[in-house]
Amino acid sequence: MAKNDRTDGEMLKGTLDMMILRTLVAGDAHGHTVAKVIERTSEDVLEVEQGSLYPALHRLEDRGWVSSYWGVSENNRKAKFYRLTVAGRKQLVVETSRWRQMIRAIGLVMGEELAADGGTR
Amino acid sequence: MSWLRFFRRRRADAELQEEIDGFLAEETAENIARGLGPEEARRRARIKFGNPRKVRETLWEQNTVSLVDTLGRDLKYAARTLARTPGFSLIAIAVMAMCIGATTSLFTVVRSVLLRPLPFRDPDRLVMLYEHFRDARSNQEGFNYNTVAPADYFDWRAQTHGFEDMAAMRYWQFNLTGERGELPEEVSARGGSWNLFPLLGVPAALGRTFTESEDRLDGTAALLTWNLFERRFGGDAAIVGRQIHLSGKPYTVVGVLPQWFTYPDAKVQVWVPYLSGLPPDIVPHHDYHFSTVVARLRPDVSLSSALSQVEAVQYRLHMENLHAPVAEDVAPRTLNDDLAREVKKPLLILMCAVGCMLLIGCLNVANLLVARGAARQKEVAIRGALGARRLTLIRGQLTESLLICAAGGAGGVLLSLAATNWMASTWKDLPNAVGIHVDGVVLGFACALVFSAALLAGLLPAISSTGKAAFAALQASPRSTGGNRSRALLRKTLLTVEIAVTVVLLIGAGLLLRSFVRLRSIDVGCVTANVLTLDYSLSMQKYNSPEKVNAFNEALVEKLRAMPGVRAVALGTALPGEGNGGDDAFTIKEHPALKPGELLPDALVRGADPGYFSALGIPLLKGRFFTGDDRLDRAKKVIIGSALARQYFPGEDPVGKYLHVPAFKDADYEIVGVVGDTLWQVGKPATPTMYFPMLDGGVEQGGSLAVRTDSDPLAMAVPVEKQIAALDAELPVSHVQTMQQAIGESLGNARFSASLVLTFALLSLLLASVGLYGVLSYLMTQRTTELGVRMALGAQRDQVLRLILFDGLRPAAIGLALGAAAGAGITQLIRSMLYDTEPLDVGVYVAVTLTLLLVATLACMIPAWRASRLNPMQALRAD
Repeated sequence: MAKNDRTDGEMLKGTLDMMILRTLVAGDAHGHTVAKVIERTSEDVLEVEQGSLYPALHRLEDRGWVSSYWGVSENNRKAKFYRLTVAGRKQLVVETSRWRQMIRAIGLVMGEELAADGGTR
Repeated sequence: MSWLRFFRRRRADAELQEEIDGFLAEETAENIARGLGPEEARRRARIKFGNPRKVRETLWEQNTVSLVDTLGRDLKYAARTLARTPGFSLIAIAVMAMCIGATTSLFTVVRSVLLRPLPFRDPDRLVMLYEHFRDARSNQEGFNYNTVAPADYFDWRAQTHGFEDMAAMRYWQFNLTGERGELPEEVSARGGSWNLFPLLGVPAALGRTFTESEDRLDGTAALLTWNLFERRFGGDAAIVGRQIHLSGKPYTVVGVLPQWFTYPDAKVQVWVPYLSGLPPDIVPHHDYHFSTVVARLRPDVSLSSALSQVEAVQYRLHMENLHAPVAEDVAPRTLNDDLAREVKKPLLILMCAVGCMLLIGCLNVANLLVARGAARQKEVAIRGALGARRLTLIRGQLTESLLICAAGGAGGVLLSLAATNWMASTWKDLPNAVGIHVDGVVLGFACALVFSAALLAGLLPAISSTGKAAFAALQASPRSTGGNRSRALLRKTLLTVEIAVTVVLLIGAGLLLRSFVRLRSIDVGCVTANVLTLDYSLSMQKYNSPEKVNAFNEALVEKLRAMPGVRAVALGTALPGEGNGGDDAFTIKEHPALKPGELLPDALVRGADPGYFSALGIPLLKGRFFTGDDRLDRAKKVIIGSALARQYFPGEDPVGKYLHVPAFKDADYEIVGVVGDTLWQVGKPATPTMYFPMLDGGVEQGGSLAVRTDSDPLAMAVPVEKQIAALDAELPVSHVQTMQQAIGESLGNARFSASLVLTFALLSLLLASVGLYGVLSYLMTQRTTELGVRMALGAQRDQVLRLILFDGLRPAAIGLALGAAAGAGITQLIRSMLYDTEPLDVGVYVAVTLTLLLVATLACMIPAWRASRLNPMQALRAD
């Protein structure tokens, strides 16, 4: 189990969970919609691997951050919908703020280095 | 990972499948909307999604508790492997069941007898107190707990403060009769001081226990045990307050003791107050030892300080009674040890013996597993090559040995239920104050046994068969023979250990057996063949004068003597080989007074009628036997045993001298004869003995009869009892058995431990020889090619036979040497259990060596013979 997770990369896994949660803020959605929304919003930069989408959804459900129910999709098909729970909303806040810190920290590191490069030129 | 999900994996997977289908349908629909053909749309959707199986597997694993899952898989796999070789599995399981069963039963007994506290209030603060003599004779047997004199007990209780309270108990035997002439019955009874039951924390089930005012010399209160209450009085509570007759005296039943109370043993039927029925002159004595004392320690006082107070009192009493047998010290003993008495050591020895057998059983299963490991070498190698971790492989094999041991353990627990019952009912010396039965702790013990046995049996083979060398199996050509050397060595080592432990067991068993045989063949000093013995007691109310007692005894002896088939009749107060029967101190009138501090000489006391010695075949050495004339006031005569003559009359003629016995109204007794020694207990040395005329008319006694018969003595039992009933129908008769039975009963301990240890040793020998056979057969199969080459090159069949034979006998010989050396050390521990047998008994060692070599040779012979019959051409083509 542990081995398989490693292939996704720590960072990616964390961010995928966060992005799924963020997607669900807009409203309940099934797996296909979630994947599509992430891809569209990222202007098709991020491609969600289905291999990790469903395990991620189930993992989030296990932790009580999303709940699921069977419903009917916009195309009139039976689909499993996911909904953000209260705990999930809190978790999203936590993860978002952690993500921001991370971005800032990485930005600081990278920005300083670029600045130094510019200096010598 | 959650437990709930773990058990709902299958449903979750089905749902996921649906979810995936949904995704594909959405994507296909979108693709169609983009203008693709349905076929292409579906294809693209599939490509986009990737491999759905992988998603399912990921999720399946995510939902799995991996430990349980792999354990389940291991179990399934192990069960399948075992089922494929049912012969092997059954043998291994039977071996484990036997070993675990035996160990569990012995543990059950040991726990009940030695470990579990008695069911009293705060049992850990209860302790038995005994007198402890310092002289060498008292200490020579390593057992020095002397019963307490009543006056000592009263002084201890009054003058010390370390114990909350102390209570005294004494032995009684009554003839129980009802108010309306019901059948008389000889009942075992105890006198207990009034505070005994409160001290132990035992309330009466009906009525009440004794009061302080009832505990007096003429006290007539009685307590029934539940057994007697149910059995004789039909469980009718109305018995409380009514009268029963104990040896002719009326007693009032004040209460019934609870059902669980079977202390000190289940045979006790009636309790009376401690002082009730004691002769008044005995109470102030410090040298009439017949009581056991139980004391409850105060919670704030340590045992040693409480004890030192009692010892101070006792030492003062000793100094005040210098010549009398009043002990110097006090010895404490736990209640469990007190009840376990003679069985403690045999139990521990048996426990060690089954432990050894269990070890041998484990080694045997280990050996079998190593052999299987060899057969499955390729499988292990392939699994290893495919990426199985070594730990996984070891775990897999351990699961197999765990399954074997668990199945064996289940069988073993069932076996032990039966074995424990058998042991509790057969071993008469086992105390039964606490029921002996299997309970939760015992089951826990059995589980622990199963796991440790599984580890012991499985770990070594598992480690060895999964080592680096194991992978060489893939490279090895079918003909190479080198790869298995290390495994063969491991098996031989296991075998050597197995044989060594077997040898230790055999030596122990041999010593115990030899000692028992010596005990059996001891001459107790009298005729034992064709002798019927029985006890009777006379009611004190009916036989209240010496004349009446004598008249009955003489009439009885005469009647019996006249019966056809009866050769002779002996009447006494005790018979040889049937126990101590009481002793008393004496002085010799003609000898100078004792020096201060010197202890009075002491001898066993027996009554004997004129025919006693001749009927029992006890030889007269000097003087004369008693005659019918030595009676009543002319009965101040004594006959002494030769041990007394040797010890106290060295170089003089005792006949005509006088013994002064303070206990018998301070009278002098003329020595009229010296007779041969008899033993009061088989295995104990002959003790100085004084015989007094049975016809002195002592009123309190019954007697012990020995009837010598022409043929089977037991066939005479009923006619003899009929004769007694014809004289007095109310007279209870007890202990009807042959003298050999009576003596055999006293050897119960020795017989029991010798036969059980021997059984374990023989089973171990069987296991070891099966192991030997197995290893050698295996080695032979391994060497088939080699043997074929040898024979093709000209080796003779008998050479091959010898080659294989010696290969097998070598570990046996090494094991034998190791075992003999270990046995020499270990058997020192059972020295005290051996009678007239040295732990280094040459005969036993020789017998064990020969037996083992014989069995080992037989076990090796079969594979060796098979090897010598090999057809070299076939052997070379094999594989």
